[in-house]
Amino acid sequence: MSERDPLAHGLWQDAARRLRGDHGACLALALIAAVTLLALLGPVASPWAYDSLDWRHLAQPPGSAGAHWFGTDRLGRDLFVRTLHGVRLSLLISALASALSVGIGLAWGALAGFAGGRTDEWMMRCVDVLYSLPYLFIVIVLSTVVGRGSLAVLLIAIGAVGWLTTARIVHGQTRALKRREFIEAARATGLPTAAIILRHIIPNLAGTVAVYATLTVPQMILFEGFLSFLGLGVQEPHASLGNLISAGAQEMESAPWMLLVPAAFLVVLLVCLNLVGDGLRDALDPRER
Amino acid sequence: MLSYALRRIAVAVPTLLVIITVSFALERLAPGGPFDQEQTLAPAVRANLDRVYGLDRPIPVQYGHYLAALARGDFGPSLSQRDFTVGELIGQGLPLSATLGLAAVLLAILTGIPAGIAAAVWRGRATDHAVSALAALGVALPTFVTGPALALLFGLYLHWLPVAGWERGAPRYLVLPVVTLALPVAAYLARLTRASLLEVLRTAYVRSARARGLGAARVLWRHALRPALLPAVSYLGPAVAFVVTGSLVIETVFGLPGTGRYLVQGAIDRDYPLVLGMVMVYAALTLTLNLAADLIYGWLDPRVRHE
Repeated sequence: MSERDPLAHGLWQDAARRLRGDHGACLALALIAAVTLLALLGPVASPWAYDSLDWRHLAQPPGSAGAHWFGTDRLGRDLFVRTLHGVRLSLLISALASALSVGIGLAWGALAGFAGGRTDEWMMRCVDVLYSLPYLFIVIVLSTVVGRGSLAVLLIAIGAVGWLTTARIVHGQTRALKRREFIEAARATGLPTAAIILRHIIPNLAGTVAVYATLTVPQMILFEGFLSFLGLGVQEPHASLGNLISAGAQEMESAPWMLLVPAAFLVVLLVCLNLVGDGLRDALDPRER
Repeated sequence: MLSYALRRIAVAVPTLLVIITVSFALERLAPGGPFDQEQTLAPAVRANLDRVYGLDRPIPVQYGHYLAALARGDFGPSLSQRDFTVGELIGQGLPLSATLGLAAVLLAILTGIPAGIAAAVWRGRATDHAVSALAALGVALPTFVTGPALALLFGLYLHWLPVAGWERGAPRYLVLPVVTLALPVAAYLARLTRASLLEVLRTAYVRSARARGLGAARVLWRHALRPALLPAVSYLGPAVAFVVTGSLVIETVFGLPGTGRYLVQGAIDRDYPLVLGMVMVYAALTLTLNLAADLIYGWLDPRVRHE
């Protein structure tokens, strides 16, 4: 391969080219797209709703009862539709919570890193304090405080603990960027601080933030799953992957498919999202390889 | 070393105080009290209950009382389990939870680090691919999936181990929980060790050790391993937090009567003293173990001490 002129391509074109060369990440991306599409269209194709009861088919294994493609649970609810509803809810919650936590992390880290001095020290000390507590634990306290079951609460609870890693990484990068000449030049031209952060610091953080946003999504799926599994998150009759797995674990002696179907979807999503995140990191920062 | 240790302790103590204060404030300011879920009580009965438990006092006064009691080692009575104090519940659950966590961390260290070393030494071979694939899976799979899956396989289908439950002094009930809890930590340790050992093996001083004619084994054990293990040591702090968190799920999945289950049940019942007591125990535990990990790190890497 001939040596390319590094200036002839932008960061993003280069990254896209490297990502296309990463077959694992491409396959993972395709799988995520397929699962998402299935989650959106599947429930429409099935004659059942996520909470409709079919009294003639209680706890039927997959393939044994007509249009119940993945079988039914103890109440005769269709597992195909429930699992796909769970995927929808898990994806929705995790996407929103990731946006929330990456947003907070970006703002907090960039402000602290740019401010420097005392402010910086105190802001990052807060992050350290929160970091030294087990995550799930903060979420439990939060969801006790605001009550269980509400989607907004769940979002805030998991979004509020996910931003710490992003904040730390953004903070480190901002401090490094701050010392560069082009920032000094911007300051010398009299640009206000807010404009420097928005126009010069944040665009330079975009690659890092993209990587961490991708890696935050599976984390948020995990948090949602943890909480719903423990009974503190999404409540019946609504289905999320977490409470489906919890219900499946209780019935696994007599109806193992109730555990295996949602668990398989969760595992595929998590593994694929992690692969895409890692692929993106390698594509944006090939030195890490 | 001593001043480094003192500096770390000086950070840990205020952290604990902040945690106590924040969780106390959150719990007290929350809507809904511990007596809300029962039938509506007569106002007089309600007032009496509030007075007995001190809930009619202003919140700062309650906080003062709480701190004073904590200093005496008294966590107060549990509101949902009337016959027990929080201290008794913690005392009942902690030995089991501590055994579970400690065994999981030890198992993770004993399997994850050697696996990472093997993967780095035989880079690109079958061992490396196997370790990397298993580690990727182990990191991605949550305990609330691996737990039931392992119970299904080894408990229900193969009948090798009990599915769930606990008999005092019967270690076979702990095998599956410990393995489930150790798996993600071991996987992460294997990844970290592999990556950092590969980096160290590329450095100039390793090359010069080889050039001096030292054998591969000697270079690895005497020169490369100690710096390569630093990232694994610094991960021990987060690993402890992970194990503490994971034990909540593990104890629920496997029906173990540890502190994690009390915490979850307490959160559902809004049992303030119980949740706060558990917060204190977990926070103190996490901070102490983080401190220990920091000190080990400082001992291994002199640069950190003199920062």
